[in-house]
Amino acid sequence: MTEQAVTAGRAARRRRLWRRFRRRPMPMAGLVLVVGFVLLALAGPLVTGDPAAQDYLATLAPPSPAHLMGTDDLGRDAFARIAHGAQVSLQAGVLSTLLAMAVGIPIGLVAGFYRRWLDPIVMRLVDVTLAFPFLVFAVGLAAIIGPSLKGVVLALGFSQLPAVIRITRGEVLAVREMDYVAAAVADGAGDGHIIFRYVLPNCASPLIVQATVAIPAAIIGESTLSFLGLGVQPPTASWGVMLTTAQQYLSDAPWLAIWPGLMIALATLGFNLLGDGLRDVLDPRSGR
Amino acid sequence: MILRIDNLVKHYGQVRAVDGLSLEIGQGEVLGLVGESGSGKSTVGKCVLRLTDPTAGTIELAGRDITRLSRRAMRPLRRDMHMVFQDPFSSLNPRFTIEQIVGEPLLRHKVADRRGASERVSAMLEKVGLRQEMRSRFPHELSGGQRQRVGLARALVLEPKLVVADEPVSALDVSVQASVLNLITDLQRDMGFSCLFITHDLSVVEFLADRIAVMYLGKIVESGPKAEIFAAPRHPYTQALLSAAPVADPVRQRERRRVVLGGDVPSPVDPPSGCRFHTRCPLAYDACRTDEPPLTDTRGNGHPAACHLITADRIPDAAAHR
Amino acid sequence: MSLLEITDLTVGFDTEDGLVQAVRDISLTLDEGEILALCGESGCGKSVTAMSVPRLLPPDTTRLSGSVKLDGRELTTLPEPDMRHVRGKDVSVVFQEPMTSLNPSFSVGYQITEVLRRHEGLSRRAAGDRALELLELVGIPAAARRMKEYPHQLSGGMRQRVMIAIAVACSPRVLIADEPTTALDVTIQAGVLDVFRDLRDRLGTAIILITHDLGVVADIADRAVVMYAGRAVEQATVTELFANPRHPYTLGLMKALPTAAVGGRLAEIPGMVPSPLSDPDECAFHDRCPRVQVDCRVSRPPLVRQAEGHLAACFHPGGQS
Repeated sequence: MTEQAVTAGRAARRRRLWRRFRRRPMPMAGLVLVVGFVLLALAGPLVTGDPAAQDYLATLAPPSPAHLMGTDDLGRDAFARIAHGAQVSLQAGVLSTLLAMAVGIPIGLVAGFYRRWLDPIVMRLVDVTLAFPFLVFAVGLAAIIGPSLKGVVLALGFSQLPAVIRITRGEVLAVREMDYVAAAVADGAGDGHIIFRYVLPNCASPLIVQATVAIPAAIIGESTLSFLGLGVQPPTASWGVMLTTAQQYLSDAPWLAIWPGLMIALATLGFNLLGDGLRDVLDPRSGR
Repeated sequence: MILRIDNLVKHYGQVRAVDGLSLEIGQGEVLGLVGESGSGKSTVGKCVLRLTDPTAGTIELAGRDITRLSRRAMRPLRRDMHMVFQDPFSSLNPRFTIEQIVGEPLLRHKVADRRGASERVSAMLEKVGLRQEMRSRFPHELSGGQRQRVGLARALVLEPKLVVADEPVSALDVSVQASVLNLITDLQRDMGFSCLFITHDLSVVEFLADRIAVMYLGKIVESGPKAEIFAAPRHPYTQALLSAAPVADPVRQRERRRVVLGGDVPSPVDPPSGCRFHTRCPLAYDACRTDEPPLTDTRGNGHPAACHLITADRIPDAAAHR
Repeated sequence: MSLLEITDLTVGFDTEDGLVQAVRDISLTLDEGEILALCGESGCGKSVTAMSVPRLLPPDTTRLSGSVKLDGRELTTLPEPDMRHVRGKDVSVVFQEPMTSLNPSFSVGYQITEVLRRHEGLSRRAAGDRALELLELVGIPAAARRMKEYPHQLSGGMRQRVMIAIAVACSPRVLIADEPTTALDVTIQAGVLDVFRDLRDRLGTAIILITHDLGVVADIADRAVVMYAGRAVEQATVTELFANPRHPYTLGLMKALPTAAVGGRLAEIPGMVPSPLSDPDECAFHDRCPRVQVDCRVSRPPLVRQAEGHLAACFHPGGQS
């Protein structure tokens, strides 16, 4: 079949969605914030220099041309640490969400599609997971594999899992009742084909929206865990670690708390605004 | 016989959707299966296509019993039958282009390679009256009528022996409905498939069916050649159904004798004893409440009905009784 | 003076794609005790026209001009608090889908008595008695028992009857019924149409019936307005309309009915409805019309008198048959 025709149709759909998205000011603001955050995480560390380099002549220095965001108690450049911290936040947010999606989507798909026997088991397991306190789990994991970014990603990924499974399953239950799925069955399509070509693509929109909610939650989660000493360990720069340090010097060097706090707030806000916009644009009821 | 259904039963838990139904469809014949909501007419279609498993009874496709075939064993037989759905919005995969939707059956059943499939899709789109530029479109870019044409193209691209059409024109506007009905008639004549046409709309089956079967609460109450059913409906329910559908002529409509049915359709969870129609039938008498009337062809003219009055050799006239 | 007078009503909606013109220059009247059908296919503007009367259109995106007068009182400029009083008391609405228009959390009886107590200021007991009468009026058997039931316990036909009972609870002057029987089976539809007829005969209620079904129009309406692409293209008494359809679109709709098949074929109306985004100067039906001439492509035919009480917007109307 003509591949160009398919590609052309897809491109047209994408253009239309973009047109609808572009007209909304808040999601566009979100998109700008998210792009800024990603740029900071990817390109920032290349221009800011070593986040561990200490300048003993300028400890706890306020913002100046030499140190745009000031320095911390060891004379390390706050801007360099913010940029490297962005990298850690981005990794934690994206990797944990990818992990949750990679594990949760197949489980949700199978549970929703083979409702009769697998579904009750999976949903009870989800309930159990939901009932398990996130921090207790994170502490336990830190105890086993040691506090690290890996532990943070695992803990955050696991905590997102129930939501991903629930959303996927809910969508599958709705999509499998559609006549086009019946048409595929009537045509002799196998389960795998139906799941991957019919069900999964039509569940994608809410999952994309879920990702834009999960990533900021994970960014906050990483900061929280690192702040508590359960996540990324000093001297590695992380917004949470920076806040831990800043706590001791709140009255002398308030900028040390303001920068990471502001960054966490902006990154989270950006993803949430973007998510709201995507929800509006991708919602099938708003006539795609 | 292309399709033979014998004593089909389908229960969904407590709901007795189809409760002992038999019918046959011959080569190239269009059977209109008529019923109101809750009559079980759509369930019959799903059972025939094995989209759901029958509880009891047998379904034969071209002489072969398919009632208990596994999904794998069904697969090659699916070339011979397909379905057209009611809702032009939910019946096409929104992520596929029209070309993919219509071409997929060809590739799945390996009747054509990619190039061949593309050619056959072109030919099929032309047959259903869609321009070639539609092939790269997605379903949401099409109007309701165009989508139903795509649905027809998908169902017919493998040239099946049997097509189950479940209310294929009910969601369409009158002017669009007219063109889709004409199209179905043309395609049926050209391609010669047999058709189980499921609908609530008597005027639609009057237009295109050869024979008609009327369903009430999971059972057939009357069946026969179209002309017979419309000229001389025998079962009181058929009479009520015919008289309730308003005709688009104020003079005639306001002079018509109407059969007004009391009450509602009973729940298929707990259907009435005896004749299932007795709770609403203006002619019901004692026997109707206790004994279930069999579907009998008293005159032997291929026009059976299930009514005690007919069995007792009386002619029911529901309109005479108000 | 008529009970309801709509003059030069034009309604548009702001959308992402621009202003969508749903209704253009509609004028019509409704007398007491009259059943007026607004008919046409989806998107022709029949619902929007009717919903402009009780102003049930989204206020922030609706662009409305023209006049809607009930008993000589202008409704389009009425302040919202006064309008709220008009709705439910003078003008009430029955929607197509009876399941979603009833509140599932309250009993049927409660929902009717609540309306009566709010608008009529009846006591709990008086409202209860009146509710029972209303349920009997709309033909609900064992009404006393039904009062205590919840919407999900009722069938579609019974729910629609309850909706009608609520709509007529305050004896409205105008009842707007938007495809009230479309979701119902034909054997149930006949009964619901009888309820409307009965209301008109006994209470003198004027009814605007929005429907796509010409059979329903023929059965119950006194007069009918046929709409196409936001405009009224033909208007006549029902007997006159069906006997002498003048506009080619009206005729096309009648011939497209499955019962009107000739030689095993139905008459089709080729082409598609023009986009509501454009406002062409020509006749909106010209590229689908079998009678099209040069003038149809140049200017738009006005809605003019063809015979006594019979208007059509066509330069080449069908003759007397």
